[in-house]
Amino acid sequence: MESGGGARRGRMVIDPKVRQVGFVTPGEQDGPAGVSSSSAQVNAPDSPAPVMIPPAPRVAVPAAADHSPPKPAAPVPIPPRSPPLPPRNFDAEDEMPLGSYNPGGEGVLAGSPNSSYGKASSEKAEIGDLSPTMVAELNSSMMEMSLERSKYELPVPEKENESTADVISERVEVPAINNNEGPENDARQRKLKDRTSKAERRALQESQRAAKEAARASAAVAKAKPPPQKKDGSNEKKGVDKKPVDKSGEKDKKKEVVVPEKDKRKDAPAPRLQFDDEQKVAKARRRAIVEQTTETKHRVELFRHLPQFVPPTQLQALEEKYLQNDTMHIHPAVYQVGLKYLTWDIVGGNARCVAMLEAFKEMIRDYTTPPQKVMSRDLTAKINSHVSFLSTCRPLSISMGNAIRSFKLKIGKLRDTLTEAEAKSSLVSHLETFAQEKIILADKEIVKHAVTKIIDGDVVLTHGFSCVVEMVLSHAHSIGKKFRVVVVDSRPRLEGRILLRSLLAQGLKCTYTHINAVTYIMQEVTKVFLGAASILANGTVYSRVGTAAAAMVAHGYRVPVMICCETYKFHERVQLDSICSNELGDPDALVGVAGRKEFRELVGWDESEHLRLLNLTYDATPADYVSMIITEHGMVPPTSVPVILREYRKEPIL
Amino acid sequence: MPDLQAAVDDFVIKLKRRQVEGSLATAKSTVLLLRQVVSHQRIPSSGPASSLIDAVKSVGSRLIAANPMELAVGNMVRRVLHIIREEEATIVAAQVGVTPVSDSDDDADVHGVPGLSAVALAAANRTALRAPSLHNLLESLPTSAGANVEPVPESDTKSRCKSSDKNSKSWKLKHGVIDAIGLLLGEIENYHSEISEQALEHIHQKQVILTLGRSRSLLHFFREAKKKRSFQVFVAEGAPRYQGHKFAKELAAMELQTTVITDSAVFALISRVNMVIVGAHAVMANGGIVAPVGMHMVALAARRHAVPFVVLTGLHKLCPLYPHNPSVVLNELKSPSQVLDFGEMSDCLDGTDGSPVHVVNPMFDYVPPELISLFITDSGGHNPSYVYRLVAEIYSPEDH
Repeated sequence: MESGGGARRGRMVIDPKVRQVGFVTPGEQDGPAGVSSSSAQVNAPDSPAPVMIPPAPRVAVPAAADHSPPKPAAPVPIPPRSPPLPPRNFDAEDEMPLGSYNPGGEGVLAGSPNSSYGKASSEKAEIGDLSPTMVAELNSSMMEMSLERSKYELPVPEKENESTADVISERVEVPAINNNEGPENDARQRKLKDRTSKAERRALQESQRAAKEAARASAAVAKAKPPPQKKDGSNEKKGVDKKPVDKSGEKDKKKEVVVPEKDKRKDAPAPRLQFDDEQKVAKARRRAIVEQTTETKHRVELFRHLPQFVPPTQLQALEEKYLQNDTMHIHPAVYQVGLKYLTWDIVGGNARCVAMLEAFKEMIRDYTTPPQKVMSRDLTAKINSHVSFLSTCRPLSISMGNAIRSFKLKIGKLRDTLTEAEAKSSLVSHLETFAQEKIILADKEIVKHAVTKIIDGDVVLTHGFSCVVEMVLSHAHSIGKKFRVVVVDSRPRLEGRILLRSLLAQGLKCTYTHINAVTYIMQEVTKVFLGAASILANGTVYSRVGTAAAAMVAHGYRVPVMICCETYKFHERVQLDSICSNELGDPDALVGVAGRKEFRELVGWDESEHLRLLNLTYDATPADYVSMIITEHGMVPPTSVPVILREYRKEPIL
Repeated sequence: MPDLQAAVDDFVIKLKRRQVEGSLATAKSTVLLLRQVVSHQRIPSSGPASSLIDAVKSVGSRLIAANPMELAVGNMVRRVLHIIREEEATIVAAQVGVTPVSDSDDDADVHGVPGLSAVALAAANRTALRAPSLHNLLESLPTSAGANVEPVPESDTKSRCKSSDKNSKSWKLKHGVIDAIGLLLGEIENYHSEISEQALEHIHQKQVILTLGRSRSLLHFFREAKKKRSFQVFVAEGAPRYQGHKFAKELAAMELQTTVITDSAVFALISRVNMVIVGAHAVMANGGIVAPVGMHMVALAARRHAVPFVVLTGLHKLCPLYPHNPSVVLNELKSPSQVLDFGEMSDCLDGTDGSPVHVVNPMFDYVPPELISLFITDSGGHNPSYVYRLVAEIYSPEDH
C-alpha cells in the first residue's frame, strides 16, 4: 500500500494549508473543482468543510453529447482523482487517533477564536485562561466529528469517482499507475496551480465541471443500457480494489443527494413567519389548531410583523375549545404547560424548555401508534400540533425551538426495526439526556467557569433574574468569596426581586436599583454578569429587555460584561436590532406601577386613538459590548459563537 | 420687614421639604421673593448698591442651602445680583457722563489721567457695563485685575462720590432693579413660547422622536410643531417618577401618535428614532446637563446610534458652576420605597447584620457635554461648547 502511504505523507505536510482553505471558504473557491484539482488533500476525512457536496445537479442528461469536447482537456486534473480512495479508508481507521487530527484541532483554534481572544483579552485581561479546556474540548469534539463525517461522507467521493470512471474507463487505468507516484503528482499539481493564472484556473474549473456533467449525463445514459456499464465496471475493478465502491454506487447516489440538502436546510434557519404578511398569516391560521388573535386594535406600527400579545382572557376560549374539540388531542401535560406559558407562570429560557421536555416525556409515555400509521410520521405530526399549541400560548423561545428541533431529528432517525416500546423508551431517554446534558450539567459547568471570574472585593452587577447567574452568585458565595451584588431591575416584570430575595436569603450583600440608575451605580461595579435567552451567530446576545442598556453602560464605564449561556441556546440566526424579531408582552402591564397606587395616568389608555403602550420582551445586545460568553464548553469571545455553533451543532444530538 | 422674614422662612421650609420642585416653579418663587427683598430693603445713605447686594446675598445663601440641588434658586439669586450690579453701573455711568457704549473709546484718556474718581468707577464697573467681547476682555485685563484684588476701596470710592444726591439715586436704583426683576420674571414665564417658536426648525414630517419623562417646555415644543407637522413620539416612562405616563397622555390628547415604552426598551428602539429631545433640570457651565435619572443611558444609546440628542432648556436653568463628580455631588437620593416595595420585601429586609440590602434611588443623572448635540434655549440654539459664553453674559463673575 505504498500509494496509501504516499498520499498520507503528502496530506500530512499539506493538511493545515488545505484545511484553512476549506475552512475559510467552504466549497466556494474549490467547490466543484476541488475534487479533481487537489482531491487528495481536500478529500481528507478530517476536512470539516463540506467540500464533498457535489454541485447541484444541473440536469444535463439529454445534452450529454454537447459536453463531450471538454473531455480531452480533463486528463491533467483527472489522474489524482482516484488515489485518495484506498488511502482514505485506511486513514480513517489507522491514522485517526494519532497525528493527522491534531492539525484539525489546531485549525479550529487557529481560525477565528485565537485571534479574537487576543483582541478580547487585551480589553480587560479576563479571558486569559480559557484556552486549555477549550483546546481539549474542541480537539475531542473535532475527533468525534470527523469520525462521524468520515462515516457519513465516504460514499460521496466514491460515487463521483465511480460515475466518471464508468465512462472513461480507459483513463482510469492511468491513475492506477499513477498511484505509485502520488506525491510527485501532487507536486506537479501544485506547480501547475502556481503557474496558472486565475483566469486559467477558472477556465480549467469550468472545463472540469463540464467534463463532470458530461460524465454524469453519460452515466445516466449508461444506466439506460446496463450491460456495457457493467462491463466497464469490471474492467476498472481490475485496476484498483474498488469492489465495495462499485456495489454501493447506485444506492449511494440517492443517499448522497438527500444528505446535503438536509444539511443545507439545517444550516440556514427557516425564515420566521412575518405577521404583517397577510397571506401567510391567513395560511398559518388555517393550519393552527387554536384560533390566534393577531388583530389587535392598538398595535404599534413598528411591530406589526410580530405576533401580537395574546391576553390571558383568551384562556377561557382556549379551554372551551380544548374540551369540546376532540380533534385537537392536546396531551394534558402539554396543555398544562402551555397554560402556564400563557399566564407567564413559567418564564425563562431554561425553565420553559425543561417544562416542555417534561411534558413531551409524558406525552410520549402515553403515546400509542394508531393503527395503519408509521410511528415516526405520526409522532412528528403530533409533536408539530403540540408545538403549534404551545406557540399559540406564547411564542416559542429559542431554547425551546432548539430542543424541539433536536427531538424531531431524533424521531426522524428512529429505526423502523425498533418496537414501539423500544422507540418510546429511546425517545424518553433522549428527552431526559437533553435536559440533563444540555441544561443541568451545562449550568454546572458554566458555574464552574464563571466562579473563577469572581474575586474577593468584587462588585458584581446583574440585570433581571437569570437562573444561571443566580447559581453562579450563590455558588461563589458558598465557596467563601467576598463580594457584593448589584441587582438592577426593570419594569414591568421586576424579576430582579426574585433574585434579590434569594440572594438575601443566602446572606449576600446586595444593592437594588432600577435600570435608569444603572449609570449611577456602574461607577462602583467591577463586573457584570448577564443571562441570555439566546446568542445568535453574529455574536448578538438576545436577552430580556434592558440587558443591552446595562451592557452598553458597562461598556461605557469599561466594566467587563460576561454573558452566561448554555450552548443549546445558541442559534444560527443573525440579527442586528431588537425590532425585526422580538416578542410583545402585555401592554397593560405598563399601566400600573407595582406597589405604588398613585400612578393611574394610563388607566383607560386604549380609549385614546393616539396612545399605544409597548411592552417589549427582548432586546439584542451588540457583540462589541460583550467581553466574553461563558458556556459549558469554556469561555469564548462573542466572535466564536459561530465556531461553537458549527462544531457542536453538527454533532448529532443522540 | 417681619412679613418678609416670614416669607423667606416659609420658602426655605418649602424648599427643604421639597414641596417646591421643578426648576421653573422654584425659579419663579425665588425671583418673586427676591423682588420682595429688594423692595423692602431700606437703602441707607452710604453704599446703596452694596447694601442691596448684601441683603440679597444673605437671603440667597439661605435659600441655596435649603435645597442645594435646586440649582435654579442659586441661578436666580445670581441673576438678581447681576441685575443690581448692572443697574448700579448704569446709574454711575450716567452720573459720570460716560455712557457704557462710548466707554471703550475713552479708554486711552482714562489711562492717561490717573486719580480721577470717574476713572476708578468706570474701571470697577467695566465688567458689568460692557457687552462681553474678546476685545473688551483684553482691554480691561490690567484694571479688572486691580479691581479684583481690592474690592473694598472700590466700594469706598463709590460711596464717597454718591453721597451727594443719595435719595434720588437710591430710589432710582431700587426702581431700576425692581423693573429689571420684573423683566426677568417675564422671561422665565415666557421661555416656553420662545423655545417652541423654534420647533418647526427642528421637527420634520414623519419624524420619530424619543423622550424620557416629562418636560413642560417639550410639551409646548411639540404642540407648536404639531400645528404644521405630523410625527410620532416614543415616551420612556422615566422610573421611578413615571412622569412619562402623564406626558404620554398629554401628548395623545393633542392627537400626537404616542407610544409609551419601558425605560429598558430605550436601547432597543433608539435605532429607529430620528431624534431624542429631552428637558433638563439644570445646565452646567461646561455644557453638561443634570437631568432626571436615566438620561445618561438614553444619551449613551443615542450616541451609539448617532441619533441627535437635543436638550430644551430655559436660561434660568443655566448654572455658572462647573461640575465636579456631578453624579454624586449634584444628586439626591430619594426614598427607597419608590423603588422597592417594603411591604413586599419585608420578610427579607430585617437582616441580622445591619441592613443587608441597599436600595439606590438617585434622582438625577449627569450627562456630559460630549453626548449632547444641541441646546435649544429661549435665546436660540447653542452648542454645548458655547454654554460657558452664555454664562458669562448673564452672570457677573463676582457672583459665581
